[in-house]
Amino acid sequence: MSKVLIVDDEPNILLSLEFLMKKQGYKVYIARDGAEAMDMIKEQEPEVVVLDIMMPEVDGYEVCSFIKNDDGLKHIKVIFLTAKTKPEDIEKGKEIGADAYMTKPFSTRNLMKKVKEILVA
Amino acid sequence: MSTSLVLIASFTYLALLFLIAWWGEKRAKSGKSLVNNPYVYALSFTVFCTAWTYYGSVGRAATSGVDFLTTYIGPTLVAPLWWLVLRKIIQICKVQRITTIADLISSRYGKNVSLGGIVTIMSLFGIIPYIALQLKAIATSFNIITEGVSSNTLGNTSFFLQDTAFYVTIVLVVFTILFGTRTIIATDRHEGMVSVIAFESIIKLLAFLLIGVFVTFGLFDGLSDIFSKAAQNPELSKLFIMDDRGGNIKWLYMCLLSMLAIMFLPRQFQVAVVENARPWHLNRAMWMFPLYLLLINLFVIPIAFGGKLFFGDQPVDADTFVLSLPLSSNQTGLTLFAFIGGFSAATSMIIVSSMALSFMFSNNLLMPLLLLNNRFKNRYQHQLGNILIYGRRLSIFFILLFAYIYNKTISSQYSLVSTGLTSFVAIAQFAPAILGGIYWKQGHKNGALVGILAGFVLWFFLLIVPALIEVGLIDASVQQQGLWGASWLRPQQFLGLTNLDPISHALFWSMFFNILCYVGISYLSRASVEEHTQAEIFVNIHKYSNLEESGMIWTGIAYTADLTKTVVNFLGEERAQQALEEFSQKFGHQWKKKPQADTQLVTYLERLLASTIGAAAARLMIASVASDEEISNQEVLQLVRESQELKLLNEQLKKQSEELETTGEQLKEANQQLIKTDHLKNEFISTVTHEMRTPLTSIRAFSEILADNPDLEEDEKVHFLETIIKETNRMERLINQVLDLERFASGQQRLNLQTLDINKILQEAIDSVQQVIQENNINLKVNFASDLALISGDADRLMQVVLNLLSNAIKFSKSNAGEITVTSFQEVAFVRVEVIDNGKGIKKELHQLIFEKFYQDEDQNIRKPKGSGLGLAISKTIIDYHQGSIWVDSEPEKPTKFCFRLPIIST
Repeated sequence: MSKVLIVDDEPNILLSLEFLMKKQGYKVYIARDGAEAMDMIKEQEPEVVVLDIMMPEVDGYEVCSFIKNDDGLKHIKVIFLTAKTKPEDIEKGKEIGADAYMTKPFSTRNLMKKVKEILVA
Repeated sequence: MSTSLVLIASFTYLALLFLIAWWGEKRAKSGKSLVNNPYVYALSFTVFCTAWTYYGSVGRAATSGVDFLTTYIGPTLVAPLWWLVLRKIIQICKVQRITTIADLISSRYGKNVSLGGIVTIMSLFGIIPYIALQLKAIATSFNIITEGVSSNTLGNTSFFLQDTAFYVTIVLVVFTILFGTRTIIATDRHEGMVSVIAFESIIKLLAFLLIGVFVTFGLFDGLSDIFSKAAQNPELSKLFIMDDRGGNIKWLYMCLLSMLAIMFLPRQFQVAVVENARPWHLNRAMWMFPLYLLLINLFVIPIAFGGKLFFGDQPVDADTFVLSLPLSSNQTGLTLFAFIGGFSAATSMIIVSSMALSFMFSNNLLMPLLLLNNRFKNRYQHQLGNILIYGRRLSIFFILLFAYIYNKTISSQYSLVSTGLTSFVAIAQFAPAILGGIYWKQGHKNGALVGILAGFVLWFFLLIVPALIEVGLIDASVQQQGLWGASWLRPQQFLGLTNLDPISHALFWSMFFNILCYVGISYLSRASVEEHTQAEIFVNIHKYSNLEESGMIWTGIAYTADLTKTVVNFLGEERAQQALEEFSQKFGHQWKKKPQADTQLVTYLERLLASTIGAAAARLMIASVASDEEISNQEVLQLVRESQELKLLNEQLKKQSEELETTGEQLKEANQQLIKTDHLKNEFISTVTHEMRTPLTSIRAFSEILADNPDLEEDEKVHFLETIIKETNRMERLINQVLDLERFASGQQRLNLQTLDINKILQEAIDSVQQVIQENNINLKVNFASDLALISGDADRLMQVVLNLLSNAIKFSKSNAGEITVTSFQEVAFVRVEVIDNGKGIKKELHQLIFEKFYQDEDQNIRKPKGSGLGLAISKTIIDYHQGSIWVDSEPEKPTKFCFRLPIIST
């Protein structure tokens, strides 16, 4: 059973994604900010992290860099799920090693497909 | 004394003068000028003291007492005025490159040819006898010293080749030509000549003082001895008393006459104006020259009385006492020195006068006449420069020749003094035109012309005719019965005026008609353009102190090539090239490229020519190569007005451009402000869309879940649908907030002001969220101060603020253990409201940011917590509109306190 971590500070996003992931049979973890997410990553080493960028204190970029700069963690796939839609934001996300980048409001169907793809790869 | 000794002395002295002049020129060329100092300048003024002063004063004192002093009191009295009058004339002449009195007058009155010519002719008539007088003094003194005191035959009858005066004249001609006409440009200073004048002034003063000391202390036993002896002499004792029959009025006229002479005699003009190196030198001359006059007059009366007492009944002319006293005492050395003193007084006058007259003659008579003749001009245009300089040299020769002939024929009948005074009266005729010209703009050419002519005619009739009668050239009946038998036309009782001595009489009438004509006709005449311009420049010279500004307004067409050729004709290739180079340095080289000369070049070249051939001739010369269109007075006035308007316009433009510059800067600032605002606006839009994406994302996510999962549990379905509805409300709220902010920002939002009790609003707000509070298990404490002052505010808007603060508090207070406190209390001029929750607290860095409309400043890392929305931004706007303030007081992990205060209604 694949482990998926969902990181967002918006409760309704967490609620909806948790529902969808569980339905797909993933083990779902939840973090409400960047710091919590990093603890969770070290603890659980999930296969996929669905990561919001704009969070208070530690943001999504930092979390992603933290993952991709750690040899023990960099196998973890990162999917950015963010309201930041500007090309340079997407570019930055890719640069620091994100595996996918999706903008809000997103299609849940596409997201689920993407998670599945990434887990197969 | 032997003739050869005197001859050797005389010609040695003359040789010495040549040497000094040569040395002066040499020093000037090497830049170590001898004469460029105020002392030499002051000494050169003493060219005023001629042989007349040297010999004649004593003669006059011996016959009419202190009368002789008037000639020196006048200049002394007028000296302080030089600072006003003479300095102004110097300024004018420097600017206009004027070199003679005739030039000055002709320049002022529109560069009029006839006026310059008449002044020249008058000067020649007036001054040649005066020069003759000097020659006579030299001849007489020579005869006395060689043939003895009682010799009265003099040189008059001797053949001119045996006459010493003739040879002296020739030497002086050579000297003057050498040192007076060395260069063609008359404005150049003649340093060698001035050195000689200064040297001679010292010689004549020393000689006279020495004779005075010799007579007073050698022949007599001091001043008291002479005066007491003279008092006992019945003839001399009369001289102590001033003549009371018209004596006072005579003094007045004599002083006046000499005042005018000291300024307007051609030779005085030459040394004072043309040879002036620095205007401030005048300052020194103003007191040094009167001092010199005092010294040279110190021993006049002692010598006069001494001579009378010494010679007694012997027929010795008092005019010769200076010479005859040491001669009769067998003081050979002293006699020779006395002779040299008189010689120097005479020669310096002759040199300067003949030079000044030759300039006048060549520039104001010869050149204009030649240039008016087109055939001549065309034929000899390449020799004009040579013609000018040889004309000048020849004129010196002829002036001195005429003076010599006059001396041989007419002057023997006349005393030294009366010839001098006659000359003064002639010169005085220029005074109205000059003084009027430099102070009175309306002074007109016609007035000057008629005035001077009238004065000249009267001078001739009242002073020269009697002299001619005396020598038998005119029938004596004119003297007794008057011209054509009309008794009111008697030269010495003109219009029935008696009781005046001839000189005062002539001065009175000539000046009376001169001034009358000058003023009267000037009033009746209208000035031409040229004259108008000149009048303006002369009267207001201080405004035109630099050459270029004082240009004539030029409307004609002149070709540069023609103009430069003309200048070359006069100045020669080298000087002309040099002058044009100077012009280029001042105004740039553009003129060379333009075929037509501009006003600047024309004016410059005309002035350049004026300094060589005089203003009137220069005008003629320029006019002949340029087609000068006559322009009317009206046009000139128009031009002047236009140029004034242009100047004004220019100033306005300058002001405007300065204003534009400021405006530009303001615009730049405003633009930057706009850019900033635009940037902010973009930030705002991205913030708002961001804010909207969050609820929209939830709505979409839950809708998709509901659509994709028809098999959902009923309560799950309801929960998701409820969430969708809540998120939709959130969107709506957000939209309203944006609209609110927009309304405030655009000024459309108005406050509906009422008198309010803030507690009521707080209570109402709490009531409306009561249910939510209870649902969230929040412990709400309320602490309202009673009897709060009233405020003026918009109830709905303030309610919005309080609700926003409360909903934030509800949202952020500790879940399940939430605590909210709402308090109100009175400050001095405000009521204050605080909403306190027990949430996580807010970092200091965010305290300001949370009231902003944006998430984050792009360059800053600090960001506003997501979902805090625009509520606080709107609250701040509303409180600001109420002249209140809103802020947060919080630290992480401590209670968060939102506060606002509103001003109370002042009672």
